[in-house]
Amino acid sequence: MVRDRHLPRARTATSPRARRGDWGTHAALILAALLISAPLLLALIKATQPSSAVLSPSLLPGGAFLSNLERVWVDAHLGRSMLNSLIVAVTVTTGKTILALLAALAFVYFRFPLKGAAFALVLVSLMLPTEVLIVALFDLVSRDLNWADSFAAIIVPFLASATGTFLFRQHFLNIPASLADAARIDGCGPLRYLTRILIPMSWNTIGALAVIQFVYAWDQYLWPLVIMQRDDHQVVQAGLRKLIEVGGQTDWGAVMAGAVITMLPPLIVFTALQEQFSRGFALSEDK
Amino acid sequence: MLSVRQKRDAGGREDRAVFRGAALPWLFLLPSLLILAVFIYLPTLRTLRLAGYRANLILGTEQWVGLGNITDLLGSPTYRQVALQTLVFTLLSVTGGLLLSLGLAWLASRPVRGSRAYRLLLIYPYALSPAIAGTLWLFLFNPEIGVVNQILGELAGVRPRWLDTPLLAFALVTVAAIWKGLAYNIVFYLASIRNLPTDVMEAAQIDGATPAQVFWRVAFPLLSPVTFFLVFTNIVAALFDSFALTDLLTRGGPYVGHAGITTFLVYQLYQDGFVNFRTGAAAAQGALMLALVAFVTFMQFRLGERRVHYGA
Repeated sequence: MVRDRHLPRARTATSPRARRGDWGTHAALILAALLISAPLLLALIKATQPSSAVLSPSLLPGGAFLSNLERVWVDAHLGRSMLNSLIVAVTVTTGKTILALLAALAFVYFRFPLKGAAFALVLVSLMLPTEVLIVALFDLVSRDLNWADSFAAIIVPFLASATGTFLFRQHFLNIPASLADAARIDGCGPLRYLTRILIPMSWNTIGALAVIQFVYAWDQYLWPLVIMQRDDHQVVQAGLRKLIEVGGQTDWGAVMAGAVITMLPPLIVFTALQEQFSRGFALSEDK
Repeated sequence: MLSVRQKRDAGGREDRAVFRGAALPWLFLLPSLLILAVFIYLPTLRTLRLAGYRANLILGTEQWVGLGNITDLLGSPTYRQVALQTLVFTLLSVTGGLLLSLGLAWLASRPVRGSRAYRLLLIYPYALSPAIAGTLWLFLFNPEIGVVNQILGELAGVRPRWLDTPLLAFALVTVAAIWKGLAYNIVFYLASIRNLPTDVMEAAQIDGATPAQVFWRVAFPLLSPVTFFLVFTNIVAALFDSFALTDLLTRGGPYVGHAGITTFLVYQLYQDGFVNFRTGAAAAQGALMLALVAFVTFMQFRLGERRVHYGA
């Protein structure tokens, strides 16, 4: 039954016509998967080639991956910027999840004055992307808060999550009300209800959101580029720019090795939570 | 207590407001609201204020010009060209990306052997960042040393100047943006295709509808809510996520007319704000973009309510 969930119910009836179309489907899907992965496969191959082969048309993998990686890891401080990105992404993901859970708890399980106004404040924030506010945000964070070059500058402004609040709110609304009633009658407070009942029932949604938030935090580029001048605090995405910039003589084998390593953390998070990621979305669809 | 519980909210669900306390909900909301107030709402107000000044944050000078910055922008051939380019890029990347991802999601949801593996192969690039995309494509399409021209040169004897030829550079950025967005769109289309009502589709098949007819006449209208959602998120992605891509791949160039052909609105804002230090002009661009995003959101709700099929 669990496996069946992944089959589209619409096409399970296999007519002879559908079966004849299978070959075409396989061919099209293989071609699409290859085309989509092509830039990555080429990067992977080039990352393993010695400098002499990187700039040649050769597509044979070499044995130079570790030496390429070592150059970018040591000379370009990739290790340091990877660690910075990891600190930022983990903190932002954890913080966003906790704050969104608390906000959704308030919106779903309480009645209070100005609830509509508070909800509107969260809703409207979706229409105000950081990129558009960047000049004023830079002024505020660097001058008024004096946070330039600090981790706080690339963590704190991103801790509130409208998307997370909505998804959790939606998910909580699908949990029977009688459960909360029973818990309250048994003397369970809202925080205990959250940690003992709601969170254990929300792992798919939490997993789906964790993927989105980790990838979003890991992908940060424009804001770290302007607010972070100290190289030892820079995140890895903005660090890529420095790698390519170095005086026109780019060491592409090293850059590709660096790019391949930079992709790993979000890929690991995505692979680990893939099931929850897909299921969290299917469930959150309000039917 | 019972009457309270039986009240229904706008969505027609039972009311779940079971816990008491006036201060407690605000305490739970406080961290989120505080961060939104300081890092979203305050900068919004300051952006609107700064847009009215000819200001330079580095020099600390300010001069009130009212709507001067906005009228300057609207009259500037550079800004008009950038806005037009952004429009064309957004239209091409959103329609191209959505059609392609819908087709691929439809194929990947057919009950063939190994469909789970196909689905994973199609959605894993979601984990790649725009900056990585820019770096990879820069290396692949570098006219002299890029793999693509190395291979094209060997096989066909042509080495197109991908990054210096305006039309090629524009096409390259557009295709790279579509490529980057595919996985995200496919995730949502796959989830929605899985939720399509079986009976309606089977009824259509039994009535003799061809697969193409089932797709366009039955499935596609039922997928319109998710398509609408994706149109909006894709427009936002085209406007904002394209920054890292263009910054690494083309640096906004090559130059044509009054501006670089791959310089889009956010790139221009960044250039004016943090390279040319024209703070007022950058803030005015921020204000215009706020209006743009608000308009897109408004249209999403208006059109979404009227045309979208919510029958699923």
